[in-house]
Amino acid sequence: MIKFRVNGKTVRHDGDVSMPLLWYLRDHAALTGTKFGCGIGECGACSVHLDGAVVRSCLLPLSAIAGREVTTIEGLAPSEGLHAVQRAWIEEDVPQCGYCQAGQIMAAVDLLRRKPDPADEDIAALTNLCRCGTYPRIRKAIRRAATELRSKAAES
Amino acid sequence: MSTSLRPDWQVQIDERGDLSVNPVSAGLGRREFILLSATTTGGLLLGWRMPVIAGEKSTHPATTQLGVFLRIDADGGIVIGARAPEIGQGVKTALPMLIAEELDADWQRVRVEQLPLGLVSKADSPSGVDWKFGPQGAGGSTSIPDAWQDLRQIGAQARWLILQAAAGAWEIDVSELKTSASQVLHPDGRTLGYGALAAAASRGKLPGTAIALKEPGAYRIIGRPTRTVDCADIVTGKAIYGIDANLPGALHAVVARCPYFEGTLESYDASEAKKIKGVRSVLVLPGPQAAEPITANLATGIVVLADDTWSALQGRRALKIVWKPGAHSAESSAALDAQCTRLLAGSGQRVRDDGDFDAATAAATRKVEAVYRIPFVSHCPLEPQNACAHVEADRVRIIAPMQQPGGASRIAHQLTGVDRMKIDVQMTRVGGGFGRRLSNDFVAEAVLISKLSGKPIKLLWTREDDLQHDFYRPFGHHQMRAALDADNRVSAWAHRLASASKYHRRPDVKPEDLWQAELYPDDFPAAAIGNLRLEWFPVQSGMTRGSWRAPAHTANAFAVQSFVDEIAHAAGRDPLALRLELIGEAGERAYAQHGGPVFDSGRLRHVLELAAQTIGWGRKLPPGRGLGLAAHFTFGGYAAHAMEVSVDDDGSYRIERCICAVDIGRPINPLGIQAQMMGGTIDGISTAQALEITIEGGRVVQTNFNDYRLLRMADAPDVEVLIVPSEKDPAGAGEMGIPTAAPALTNALFAACAVRVRSLPIGNQISAALSARRAAAASQPGSS
Repeated sequence: MIKFRVNGKTVRHDGDVSMPLLWYLRDHAALTGTKFGCGIGECGACSVHLDGAVVRSCLLPLSAIAGREVTTIEGLAPSEGLHAVQRAWIEEDVPQCGYCQAGQIMAAVDLLRRKPDPADEDIAALTNLCRCGTYPRIRKAIRRAATELRSKAAES
Repeated sequence: MSTSLRPDWQVQIDERGDLSVNPVSAGLGRREFILLSATTTGGLLLGWRMPVIAGEKSTHPATTQLGVFLRIDADGGIVIGARAPEIGQGVKTALPMLIAEELDADWQRVRVEQLPLGLVSKADSPSGVDWKFGPQGAGGSTSIPDAWQDLRQIGAQARWLILQAAAGAWEIDVSELKTSASQVLHPDGRTLGYGALAAAASRGKLPGTAIALKEPGAYRIIGRPTRTVDCADIVTGKAIYGIDANLPGALHAVVARCPYFEGTLESYDASEAKKIKGVRSVLVLPGPQAAEPITANLATGIVVLADDTWSALQGRRALKIVWKPGAHSAESSAALDAQCTRLLAGSGQRVRDDGDFDAATAAATRKVEAVYRIPFVSHCPLEPQNACAHVEADRVRIIAPMQQPGGASRIAHQLTGVDRMKIDVQMTRVGGGFGRRLSNDFVAEAVLISKLSGKPIKLLWTREDDLQHDFYRPFGHHQMRAALDADNRVSAWAHRLASASKYHRRPDVKPEDLWQAELYPDDFPAAAIGNLRLEWFPVQSGMTRGSWRAPAHTANAFAVQSFVDEIAHAAGRDPLALRLELIGEAGERAYAQHGGPVFDSGRLRHVLELAAQTIGWGRKLPPGRGLGLAAHFTFGGYAAHAMEVSVDDDGSYRIERCICAVDIGRPINPLGIQAQMMGGTIDGISTAQALEITIEGGRVVQTNFNDYRLLRMADAPDVEVLIVPSEKDPAGAGEMGIPTAAPALTNALFAACAVRVRSLPIGNQISAALSARRAAAASQPGSS
């Protein structure tokens, strides 16, 4: 039996700890916002945060996360609220089919945590796939969110 | 099933999503039947059905069976039902906008809900059913043109009912009243909200005739940039896709499918798989007979049923299976190339032959010839195929991400015998379509597995399953020939195409009609060149093929738009001037394929000139820079790309600027159109740069995104989208952004470094050609 935290709540798992976190979240925790795209860590649709840093959950066995904190798209913002990155995604009308966007947002939040004022190359280094081709709007949304987050940080 | 694209034309969408266009005989048309009732809480409810043939007696289903097309609640909230599948093309936003416009609704109070598949019995139709809500497919960029014909009337009828109710309440003639943003306005300044009038309106009587629609000058919603309706749910992970759906008690299913084209199962051993904790059972799923039409699932497989996805995947990994390759075991990409070369040396099926190509060629002062190669490519929507199904004795439930839910219902009926009225098909958001989900093979699998096991099923395909079992975009070689006369004008044109037709293993397609999916005879430059020949050669391949976003237009626009460039360079002419000359004077011409009945050369000229002017065509560029153009007519829309590229000495290149000019008639949602053109352009570039499905030993080589490398952020250019204002009826927007992206890019690359890419994907051809050029220069005597 292992214990870890998902979106602030402690959970226990008695089953197979070789199960990737992705399938735990989707099949056992009813958190379907995290998506399956490739299963080999290439596309990033399954991106979540582990102790605050982005990881691809399709390759991450539960055995590796005992005692750690997982945040999914559902837990990114307090209930009924939105993270600045989510707001920016709405403002820029980023999604088309929308399937990759939870992963894109988790990757963008991680980028802005590491680089509050990301250079073009930092944004270009994001490798999450979008089959619809929303990349230009993702870039705009990241810059918009960065501006908002920096001005908030300056206020506080 | 049929639906009207233009009032006097009828588009047939078959179960695989293919479209054919036929003129409708005089006297046939369409009449809308709108059904009115009250909600239990005093609101107004409008639903409808729509017989195909006018004059037919209405067979109104009971009100309780109505899906909500439009509901106005007493508190003023408005719910609009979205009938078409939302695959990322934006129709869940754009179609409700049409209803809201004529209703004169406050868009801020509108909530959009996905409608399920709606069918009604219709004994005298071949399928025995008819649409309840109008056409519910996503294919051929038809949702908007269809809805333009019928959905606006729904809004207008509801507004009419509201106005009648207000006129009654105020005891005033209805002609004195106006509406604005869900309010009825009295001449004396009083207002009544739609919510307050909904109950009275629901007791009214529908006018029984079509209501006059708004003058475009009065539009407040149509033409306004409008954000996607589900955005807040998408960014919070709440939006439900097929893969997120479930049925009570469902077992998770994965399938190991035969990887060989038309291969069979030799033997299998499931003993290890059954030892995996959570695995419930292992079944054999029969596939189609070799070479027979594919009408259900794609391939024979072994099914693992388990308590959760991970157990099912582990169970599948533990299977020991011996597959027997079929008749295509020797097939390879190299063999297909050789087959094309062999075919093109002979003579093929002449599908258009204007004037005298041979005589004009014999009289030519200059001849140009080139062969362009188009690879197989996969759709690979980011959400892999999946479906939930539960087959019971007298009913079937299906939840899946689909482009043709009507086809899913038909297949479920075919596989189970259950009456189509007892087959419940629920539509979710769809994580990308690109034509893949016009086929319902994955729905068929889920239905078959549920039928075989007697359990509700949640079927998942992995990415490997999806890349190796697709209906791929057809492969082909396009041999282009042109003759120029003494005035340096194109006097003859031949397009000789050897391809593996998209019409493959389909019921009811005759061999002599296979070309129809490959060449569209009225496409540019038909009619502009008097001596024009189109010739088709059937390539034999075991690869399953299907509709890939903008089908044959992606292949043909690449060949044609590259070749025009080559002719221009060979003849020493300006590529823009030559294009305009070949498009000809502005005017309407007959276009008998999908997107017709009219092709307006003036609109194509305009988008081309607009793109060229915006990128600064004709300006002097530094070495290593080049501009490229392409323009094409796709499914009623006119698009042109202009690109500027820079090429380094090592052959690496960059798109410095990318313009997409588009005329798709009256823009409904400019924000959605912009997204479609941007996304279509990036899809076109991604596919042109790196994507190819190759074949070895009668099976697909690529397995996942590590060897099928879609474009990522670093390589995605910004795309400047120029939407031509237009008063013409709207076309769709899903497909026109793709076909010209690839040729504009390769034309720009040629302009920058004089390397002509004739085989897609581009891959490392530029660096290879530049390094070969350097090597050749170095071996010249006198070089240092």
